[in-house]
Amino acid sequence: MTVLKLARASLWNRRSTAALVICSVALSVALLLGVERLRVEARHSFANTLSGVDLIVGARSGPINLLLYSVFRMGDPTSNVSWASVEKLRTHPQVDWIVPLSLGDSHKGFPVLGTSAAYFEHYRYRQGEPLQLASGRIFDDVFDAVLGAEVARKLGYQEGARLVLAHGTGAVSLTQHADKPFRVVGILERTGTPVDNTVHISLAGMEAIHADWRGGAPLPGYRLSAERVREMDLTPSSVTAVMVGLTSRRAVFQVQRQINTDRDEALMAILPGLTLQQLWDMMRVGEQALLAVSALVAVVALTVMLTALLTGLNERRREMALLRALGARPWQIFALVIGESLVLSLAGAVLGVLLLQGMAWAARDWISGQLGLTVSLWPPTAHEAVLLAALLAGGVLAGLWPAWRAYRNALVDGMTIRM
Amino acid sequence: MSMALQLDDVRFRWHRRAPCVIDVQHFAVAEGEQLFLAGPSGSGKSTLLALIAGIATPEQGQVRVLGESFAQLRGARRDRFRAEHLGIIFQQFNLLPYLSVLDNVLLPCRFSERRRAEACARDGSPEAQARRLLERLGLAADDVLRRPVTALSVGQQQRVAAARALMGAPGLVIADEPTSALDTDRRSEFVALLIQECTAAGAALLFVSHDLSLAPRFHRSLSLRDINGGAS
Repeated sequence: MTVLKLARASLWNRRSTAALVICSVALSVALLLGVERLRVEARHSFANTLSGVDLIVGARSGPINLLLYSVFRMGDPTSNVSWASVEKLRTHPQVDWIVPLSLGDSHKGFPVLGTSAAYFEHYRYRQGEPLQLASGRIFDDVFDAVLGAEVARKLGYQEGARLVLAHGTGAVSLTQHADKPFRVVGILERTGTPVDNTVHISLAGMEAIHADWRGGAPLPGYRLSAERVREMDLTPSSVTAVMVGLTSRRAVFQVQRQINTDRDEALMAILPGLTLQQLWDMMRVGEQALLAVSALVAVVALTVMLTALLTGLNERRREMALLRALGARPWQIFALVIGESLVLSLAGAVLGVLLLQGMAWAARDWISGQLGLTVSLWPPTAHEAVLLAALLAGGVLAGLWPAWRAYRNALVDGMTIRM
Repeated sequence: MSMALQLDDVRFRWHRRAPCVIDVQHFAVAEGEQLFLAGPSGSGKSTLLALIAGIATPEQGQVRVLGESFAQLRGARRDRFRAEHLGIIFQQFNLLPYLSVLDNVLLPCRFSERRRAEACARDGSPEAQARRLLERLGLAADDVLRRPVTALSVGQQQRVAAARALMGAPGLVIADEPTSALDTDRRSEFVALLIQECTAAGAALLFVSHDLSLAPRFHRSLSLRDINGGAS
């Protein structure tokens, strides 16, 4: 009791130093837990870029490659999926729905996705959230376009804006489909997924702008007007990939095997969730490095505390000797110092958690809007609790050395120390 | 007559190969006696006080405080014994800067149940005794009690330390050059007060100083050089 009261009074006497130490511990705790929370949330959100889709079917290559170009619009497909195979999938008895995806064009660096209206019905992200329109409607006409939130924001497009698509996926393209401009009819809500960066048009629209092209280039001297094209059969001959929903999830491996061993066309089917997880595992190094850096910050904070305790100890040598002379036991001196380090790290941890909660709360709209992450507020996860406990243990450990020195001093100095 | 303090055949060195700093055949302070011990620097004064306070243990010989031999006591018991029976006043910086005057004076009662009980028996409560002692030492004004101890003058600080040493009727008060930071007028005033209060409390007083002009005020005076064969 006596020691506790003395420790409190002594610490209060050095409150400005103590406050600085607590602040540095608090900041490092907030950083450590913040990184941890974003890491978990990012992994979660990444794994949920696409949900509700049982299989993605594309030309036979690698699973990650297929995932990258069909979902993240990164890289290029090795080959296409013929429309015959798409029809075959559609009529497969265990297939509930399909969404064909056709890629390869862009608008000012943003990828253009040709797809069917079913895309807006079946694409799910996070915990099965559907795509929502912020304004307008989904495409109906051949030359209608629906923009992702980021495309509309960056390019400042509103409903009714006209846009010309470019052939190829580079930011600068020399071949434009200038004769067949599209009209923006809808803008999607932000999702935090690649959908935000995509210009969506119908498959027919994709076919229409290439109707007078052959082999990846416009036919010389042959131009079809937008009106002429409308009258044509705009069923594509092939698409880039197909998202598939099954009637029963239990059939997923069976259907996957059937597609992978199809004799008519070299196709590959992947389970998006599984492949997303594989892709995330490849990024694990970066994730671990991030955590390591924040752990180092915590170590630095504890070192700051150690320094403060050791420096304080020299100033307090007189105080310790006095307490000894008054009858304080050496273990009480030890407890005085170790207790202080515990109080400092505990206060730092509590303040850090509050700080993080406050920041997460204040920035939750921004985080969910900009990063598409929902940062949970309370309670801390088990892993966070482990990190906090480790930090507290580190705090006590850091206090061990000064406490031991104080103990030794108390024994050796006795009460004769002069100032 | 029983002894407040008795050293017999005590030898001490700080470590095995260091020279012997204390070599005292016999030295004693009777109960209630006020003894002046002249201790110039290098005479082993600090070491002797550490031995008496039980912070250092002699290599050989007996140190008895109030009849109890420290040699027979383990560390924790020695700490408790010191808390219960000794009042100590240092040269300066006696007070914990972060405690009030009253809390500083009450410290011995926090470390020792016996001294707390003694204070209660005599004045009703430790706070009452602290106030009484402070009043006797001329520190009763409320503004003094409320001021942070660092705002007190050195003379006032030393008187607070004296009040603390006397709390709960310790058998022996050790004053280690308590007046060396005071000017001459304050010095004699302080010594008069200390002697008066030790007499009132019935405590033996071991007053160590190199200021020989103070010696006549005590029952007896000794020079540490004369009793310590280990002095350099």
